[in-house]
Amino acid sequence: MRGQPLLSPVIHREKMAAAPVMMPYFGQQISSKSDLVPDWTRQEVSTGTTIMAVEYDGGVVIGADSRTTTGAYIANRVTDKLTRIHDKIYCCRSGSAADTQAIAEVVAYQLGFHSIELDEPPLVETAANLFRASCYRYREELTAGILVAGWDKRKGGQVYSVPIGGMLVRQPVSVGGSGSTYIYGFMDANYKPGMNKEQCMEITAAALSLAMERDGSSGGVVRLASISEEGVERRVILGNQLPKFSTH
Amino acid sequence: SAILNQSFFMFVLFAYWQCKNAVLEIEASKVGCSVPAARKTGTTICGVVFKDGVVLGADTRATEGMIVADKNCSKIHYISPNIYCCGAGTAADTEMTTQLISSNLELHSLSTGRLPRVATANRMLKQMLFRYQGYIGAALVLGGVDCNGPHLYSIYPHGSTDKLPYVTMGSGSLAAMAVFEDRYKPDMEEDAAKQLVRDAIAAGIFNDLGSGSNIDLCVITKNKVNYIRPHDEANKKGVRTGDYKYKQGTTGVLTKAVTPIDLELLEESVQTMDTS
Repeated sequence: MRGQPLLSPVIHREKMAAAPVMMPYFGQQISSKSDLVPDWTRQEVSTGTTIMAVEYDGGVVIGADSRTTTGAYIANRVTDKLTRIHDKIYCCRSGSAADTQAIAEVVAYQLGFHSIELDEPPLVETAANLFRASCYRYREELTAGILVAGWDKRKGGQVYSVPIGGMLVRQPVSVGGSGSTYIYGFMDANYKPGMNKEQCMEITAAALSLAMERDGSSGGVVRLASISEEGVERRVILGNQLPKFSTH
Repeated sequence: SAILNQSFFMFVLFAYWQCKNAVLEIEASKVGCSVPAARKTGTTICGVVFKDGVVLGADTRATEGMIVADKNCSKIHYISPNIYCCGAGTAADTEMTTQLISSNLELHSLSTGRLPRVATANRMLKQMLFRYQGYIGAALVLGGVDCNGPHLYSIYPHGSTDKLPYVTMGSGSLAAMAVFEDRYKPDMEEDAAKQLVRDAIAAGIFNDLGSGSNIDLCVITKNKVNYIRPHDEANKKGVRTGDYKYKQGTTGVLTKAVTPIDLELLEESVQTMDTS
């Protein structure tokens, strides 16, 4: 679709190219306005994004940028993509804003119900499986790339990746969204197992800054959160306080 | 879950109707006619949270393609006594969607025995719009004051929502957002907020072809709603300065001949009309 950044990852473009088939016909005739002005009936709101989650001994650190776009217009520059599913289970959302919000709300409902039945805090693996169930069953209709991260008593801090298509895999570190392609190399070079919470926070902030610098669909502020037995601690790093890498 | 299952069942059903519409278009073009274009409110709508509540604003132009269909339409819709909603996109969709949710919210409010919350209206709207997968072209600015304070949401046709202190929607949203980004401050007074919203809508009206006419405002506070329609008649129709009618005596009369026509009255009958 016009208005998408040129260097979007291949999967992203394929999904976007498939979309016009489902677009309402009357939308095409209405206006010949420039692509920069959002045409509400045509272009979907996307969290073209950078998200990240890291496990450490005792918890997880999750991070995301804050940009939501409709084509080339930034619909929300202070989005909170770190969505609470349960007290100590959060998810990072990327892909279609509507799809991910709807799925997250459904899963939060299901998990809350399950937790009351159990009379116990739910497992992160349970939450991840609920996401996977919805994302896989409706894989043709949805565009959602989600990182599920949290802390539970059984396995401590865990990160589960549920990308587009509905796969489920647990990883010690995971990145996602359109901006993630720019930081795979950075993560491979700089992540070392056995980091503590502060180191995880720093590497997440650094990786997100780098991705936001390069990816047009990512930007705004960096939202961080750490989840552990003690609870959830949230931080915001504003644009001017982000770690700087380039000298020019 | 029930909600997600229902979403995609409705999606399939709606896809059928969309195919039906496509077939109708082809049939119509074969005969030489065209299906009527959906009337859109190519629009500027916006909202702002201030110290004591929210201010919602909208222009009043409704367009059908390049023609203004309604010069003074009302885009700020009633949802509940403490919640109002501005609508951009397809005019019928915004009207019907807000009316449906307003009705359901009133029933819900009677069931709970409480004043409805803005978050409830937001949930109902987003779940309905998601169910129709963006085919209902309603882009909304939802604002109100409830027991937890003032709240403002923007709701997109595909069902995503954002909770923010200031939002704009519609074809004139970029112009209005430029005004907000320049002059918004948290915890403004009511008059400053009204002026800011008025200026944002004015920016849309004068810089966007899809928006025009007057500026409507709706100020919602804890105990009062002030629906000001119009707040500002920014585009009053001008008074014509000249006249093409020629005055009596412009053309000189040379001769005048009057011929009376005599008519004979044959029959006169009276038929009374039933005005009861």
